[in-house]
Amino acid sequence: MTKEEKRELVKGILFTSPWLVGFSIFVIYPIMASFYYSFCNYSVLQPPRFIGLLNYKDLFTDPIFWKSLWNTGYFVIFMIPLGLVTSLSLAMLLNTKVRGMAFYRMIFFIPSLVPMVAGSILWMWIFNGEYGLFNNFLMRVGIPHPPNWLMDIRFAKPAIIIMSLWGLGNMIVIYLAGLQDVPVSLIEAADLDGANWFDKLWNITIPMISPVIYFNVIMAIIGSFQIFSQAYIMTGGGPQRSTTFYALYLYQTAFEDFRMGYASAMAWILFVIILILTLLITRVSKEKIYYGG
Amino acid sequence: MKKSIVLLSIAVLAFQLAGCAREQDSSDIVKVSYWEKWTGFEAEAMQAVIDLFNSKKFRNKDGKAIQVEMNAVSEIDRRLLMATTGGNPPDVAGVWMWLVTAYAEKGAILCIDDYLREAGITEDRYLPVFWEICKYKGKMWCLPSTPASITLHWNKRLFREAGLDPNVPPKTIQELDAMTEKLTLIKLPGNNKPISFYELKSRTNYKNLLAKGKIIQMGFLPSEPGWWPWLWGYWFGGKLWDGKDTVTTDEPRNIKAYEWVRSYSEKYGVENIKKFSSSFGVFASPQNAFLSSKVAMTTQGVWMFNFIDKYAAGMDWAVGPFPSDEGKLRDVSYIEADVLVIPRGAKHPAEGFKFIGFVNTQEAMELLCEGQRKFTPLKEVSEGFYARHKNPYIRVFRALAESPDAFIAPKMIIWPEYQREMIFAYELVRDLKAYPKDVLSDVRKAMQRRLDRELEISKRVEKKR
Repeated sequence: MTKEEKRELVKGILFTSPWLVGFSIFVIYPIMASFYYSFCNYSVLQPPRFIGLLNYKDLFTDPIFWKSLWNTGYFVIFMIPLGLVTSLSLAMLLNTKVRGMAFYRMIFFIPSLVPMVAGSILWMWIFNGEYGLFNNFLMRVGIPHPPNWLMDIRFAKPAIIIMSLWGLGNMIVIYLAGLQDVPVSLIEAADLDGANWFDKLWNITIPMISPVIYFNVIMAIIGSFQIFSQAYIMTGGGPQRSTTFYALYLYQTAFEDFRMGYASAMAWILFVIILILTLLITRVSKEKIYYGG
Repeated sequence: MKKSIVLLSIAVLAFQLAGCAREQDSSDIVKVSYWEKWTGFEAEAMQAVIDLFNSKKFRNKDGKAIQVEMNAVSEIDRRLLMATTGGNPPDVAGVWMWLVTAYAEKGAILCIDDYLREAGITEDRYLPVFWEICKYKGKMWCLPSTPASITLHWNKRLFREAGLDPNVPPKTIQELDAMTEKLTLIKLPGNNKPISFYELKSRTNYKNLLAKGKIIQMGFLPSEPGWWPWLWGYWFGGKLWDGKDTVTTDEPRNIKAYEWVRSYSEKYGVENIKKFSSSFGVFASPQNAFLSSKVAMTTQGVWMFNFIDKYAAGMDWAVGPFPSDEGKLRDVSYIEADVLVIPRGAKHPAEGFKFIGFVNTQEAMELLCEGQRKFTPLKEVSEGFYARHKNPYIRVFRALAESPDAFIAPKMIIWPEYQREMIFAYELVRDLKAYPKDVLSDVRKAMQRRLDRELEISKRVEKKR
């Protein structure tokens, strides 16, 4: 390294130092600390005490841990494909050339701007078993006894999934950007060859936006595993723990029971699950993603 | 120019950093920071007490004047946790009593035994239950600010309409159930006039009719408001632990209480009740089940008057002790209190206690409790306090706190978990998914395991200390 290069390096480090310092203090340190705490009995109010793998051992015999993992898995399994199909379909509709499209795009994006607390309270009313809009609609379309959504263990999770579909605005915008990058020349060539709507979608659109789909799926997995606010506000984890999701149980353990070590162990298990799933998807989809060039 | 910009930047940074630091006390004043969890009229009542304290110009041992400054803090339990861990807590915090066990166990609040001795504040100044609330492992950790007891509230108009004497509440759980039958109205299909469950049950096919009908009013519902699903056992003479190291969730009297909860679902139908409950609005609204006259009797605290006053001002209502099983116990009530604590790391603990002690004088306590519309936890009460008090039944609430059968939530380190387990068990029983005996036995086993683990940790920590 020449003297000039060294000087440039120092300048570079100096200019990036506010971020580096912030990242180290507020991200790296807490991550490392939580890893250490996961091997400790730690209540926050007292210094941590090393207990080896006891937290992890206790977790694997904790029925609520397994229940919350199952609830979260259920949510992820239904939410990811549903979210993917719904947001992509809406993005495709919003990509057509219709008058007033900007208005329609805004309409679909607005819900994602609504704060989660306000949205959750609104949906509590929509899902109200007696006066809710949703049940009113179901009764009008010929379902005489619609479920009592948030009070029924069979329907509380589906209700939260339905509600979550309402906030897909961000995903739609990302798909929309991807769709607008699909070369018109390819579509026109396919038209000349007599391809129908589905052929164009399957052979041109989806391959061309595959990196966008990949990104959205990964982000959706991370987001879905961390589902918290809706259950915290709408159901408090009930009825009968049917909506006690992983993040909600983690929160209860950390901030209600002051068992931060146990909660840290839960957080690291969640990290490993998300990491494995991400690696798996990356591996499976490696040859299916088209990066252009 | 360049130099002046650099100097200016340094000056701005220095000011900002200074802003982050705790404000320094001026030479002759000690500022006591107080965190208050309430807003609205409750915070105003505390501010009035603080103003009174500040006007008295109390001095500390060094002769400096003590001034209290109040900050309203939302989510006080979380913030106090962060501030205490970070070493920058307030001098005094007004918290909920359930926080005391965990904080005292972890040494995050100061034991106030020495301060109490010095100030001459003794047990005989208080109703016994409130001194008990502040005690943990034989030591005192806080003093009460405002207390609460819960009672049966009933709607006198609905009593009259059902042909019941509006001035005679149920004395036993069994009477409560019988009155509920008369006060519960069901609308049958094709019939506009609702009939009472009492009438309906005399018909041969009443279970089928009930399933087709719709409940539009209930006498009582164990799930409304559903805030304390763990406490029903106490009205049956049960307890949730032995006060030391044994969990007693499935003792026969607790099982009987949960069987009583189950009987409501069996009698009126799980789905019917759920549908009916869906028609309630949020608690603090005119659509509240009791305020909208959908439920004729409810268990509620001394604060309920504020909501009646605000959302159902014309309501004809009364309060009395919640009945016990077969009337074996009298004046059973669950007692709560807001408490004042000194967090570990407080900069002015002695001055902070001076303020806590002042709040616990008769003059200040009556000012506070009248403003917050509660009763006072002190034995001495002036007649003027009752005369001025807005709640017409304040003496009933107070009398319940004086009762030997008044009880408080278990002071267990695992109480938040235990509560969640009890809620889970309650929901299973309410929805007829499990029998009380089985589900309460499961709770006992799980919670005993957790308690054993925590007691073991506690012992190790104490040894280290």
